[in-house]
Amino acid sequence: MESTRTKQAKDRWNWLWEWANPVKFMALSGKALPWVIGLTVISLTVGLVWGFFFTPEAINFGSSVKIIYVHVPSAMMAINIWVMMLVASLIWLVRRHHVSALAAKAAALVGVVMTVIALITGAIWGEPMWGTYWAWDPRLTSFLVLFLFYLGYMALWAAIEDPDTAADLTSVLAIVGSVFALLSRYAVNFWNQGLHQGASLSLDKEENVADVYWQPLVICLAGFVLLFIALLLVRTRTEVRKRRIHALEMRERMADA
Amino acid sequence: MIALLLRDLRLSVRAGGGFGLGLAFFLIVSVLVPFGVGPEAEILARIAPGILWVGALLACLLSLDRIFQLDFEDGSLDLLATAPVPMEGAVVMKALAHWLVTGLPLTLAAPLFGGLMSMAAPGHWWMFVTLLLGTPALSMIGAFGAALTVGLKRGGLLLSLLVLPLYVPTLIFGAEAATRGMAGLDATTPLLMVAGITAGSVALLPFAAAAALRINLR
Amino acid sequence: MELVVRDLTVARGGVPVLAGLGFTLGAGEVVVLRGPNGSGKTTLLRTLAGLQPPLAGEVSLPPETIAYGAHADGLKAQLSVAENLAFWASVYGTGEIEAALGDMNLSGLRDRPAANLSAGQKRRLGLARLLVTGRPIWLLDEPTVSLDTASVALFAARVRAHVAGGGAALIATHIDLGLEARVLDVTPYKADPDAGANPGAFDEAFL
Repeated sequence: MESTRTKQAKDRWNWLWEWANPVKFMALSGKALPWVIGLTVISLTVGLVWGFFFTPEAINFGSSVKIIYVHVPSAMMAINIWVMMLVASLIWLVRRHHVSALAAKAAALVGVVMTVIALITGAIWGEPMWGTYWAWDPRLTSFLVLFLFYLGYMALWAAIEDPDTAADLTSVLAIVGSVFALLSRYAVNFWNQGLHQGASLSLDKEENVADVYWQPLVICLAGFVLLFIALLLVRTRTEVRKRRIHALEMRERMADA
Repeated sequence: MIALLLRDLRLSVRAGGGFGLGLAFFLIVSVLVPFGVGPEAEILARIAPGILWVGALLACLLSLDRIFQLDFEDGSLDLLATAPVPMEGAVVMKALAHWLVTGLPLTLAAPLFGGLMSMAAPGHWWMFVTLLLGTPALSMIGAFGAALTVGLKRGGLLLSLLVLPLYVPTLIFGAEAATRGMAGLDATTPLLMVAGITAGSVALLPFAAAAALRINLR
Repeated sequence: MELVVRDLTVARGGVPVLAGLGFTLGAGEVVVLRGPNGSGKTTLLRTLAGLQPPLAGEVSLPPETIAYGAHADGLKAQLSVAENLAFWASVYGTGEIEAALGDMNLSGLRDRPAANLSAGQKRRLGLARLLVTGRPIWLLDEPTVSLDTASVALFAARVRAHVAGGGAALIATHIDLGLEARVLDVTPYKADPDAGANPGAFDEAFL
């Protein structure tokens, strides 16, 4: 009885399946996930092992320099994930694709973990480099502020019961927050000129790190990107399923009323 | 829309309206800091601009949740949304009312409270100018945060979590301008930045806040 | 001046509650909405008032014609009766409150703070707000809650006068107002949450 009813409902909704994003998304992401996970494991293993064990120790810094293989990729991802959330939020506001909103939600936790990793590895690295775990260096401070933005964003998602309302409001917050995060970056730079070295990875600059360090770093960066995609897929799939459960529960409640 | 401003101002001065609470809070902060830091005039004078700015910011934060929450609870926000007043205009008027009740008194009182922290002569003037330029942004950003959290039962704490990171640039430039001005350095850049943030907030945030309100009323 | 509703689906919390609803409300008409609690009358009125978007269907009405009367009256306890009313009068740009005060039998209470009004008096003040809007189409959600018999009669008389003057009213109510009104029972339009009768009702394929 139950199964025939579900089947009927499915048939009636068939036309929707043609362009139903969540369904397509679930199918496609299900197929892609094993590959992404495999590539992640390979690239992270290669990059990290190479970086940790097969690079020479730096003259000034000793082996502490090897933390860049975690620090730099996580810092890069912390920023890029926020940008990805902003884009996903915009897509949700304009096109109303639910997967987009759920992907932004799913990305936030990964982003905040990346931010924390960047902050912690930065502190660990900072001790031998600058002689202190924490300094109000502009870049560290910016990451602390970014961490607060992530917290606020996630707290807003958690606080609102209705999923569409939550998606709308967090999207608005992501847009406004991005503007203010950029402003904060500029403000913090202005406020304290800082001790941080320049970007480790600018291609056209003299201060670029040496090739021996650079090659494994690129692999680590790719590994972190893949790791993010894998986590994002897993978490978005969970969110889609949770959303589906929510929809079913709502229908059940309405049917009882 | 002027009617809305007048009504909000009238409500704030009636019993339970909370007028002056922010100011009292600001005074208490300015008194407590010397207790914590010690009475040395030099140290106090040096940290005074920062303390006054942080104090003003927190005092502003105190009353933010009232901007829309009360109207939401008694149903007048629903009725306002169906009235011939653009939501954006209503947001601006509410933020303006909040500023007149909170930000402006703080701005006027800051030079006075600066005296409590042994602030030297040009410092008063700089506190006044930077707060005058900066507090409207605090009210406007706060109104945006209040619009986001208006439908929530316990929105107060969340509101602080959302709004405080947004306050960072205003605080940095405002306090920096005051500190530089007091020390006799060139404060043009931070001053312009504070003014720019205020202008940008007042111009753009009403749209974001109105959108958030409409979403919350759905 | 006509409110036309075609094939309307309205939702509460993302779930459709009424579907396929259609009716017309013309000048000089009163339509009474009926239906059990939770059947979606309030949701329908909020949708018509423009507070929430419909899931499907069409609502057509001339701009700036709606006055919405919700469950809550939107009164400020610290303001007097006259101040409360004057605020709404100036929001709607009419400015004149004496007639409305008199009509809803509030003239004697004009300087009393709304905090000190009884529930029925508050409701009367809330209804007086409708009179100062100058809007032709009233959308009223349970307007007679906490009104006594005399006040209900007073309110019915106001609605009658409004309609006689070319206005219209859509009223969700359970009691008989003694008005010449068309009854619209929303029960048959109840959306079947299991049916696919409301495309787009759920998020594309969260099914």
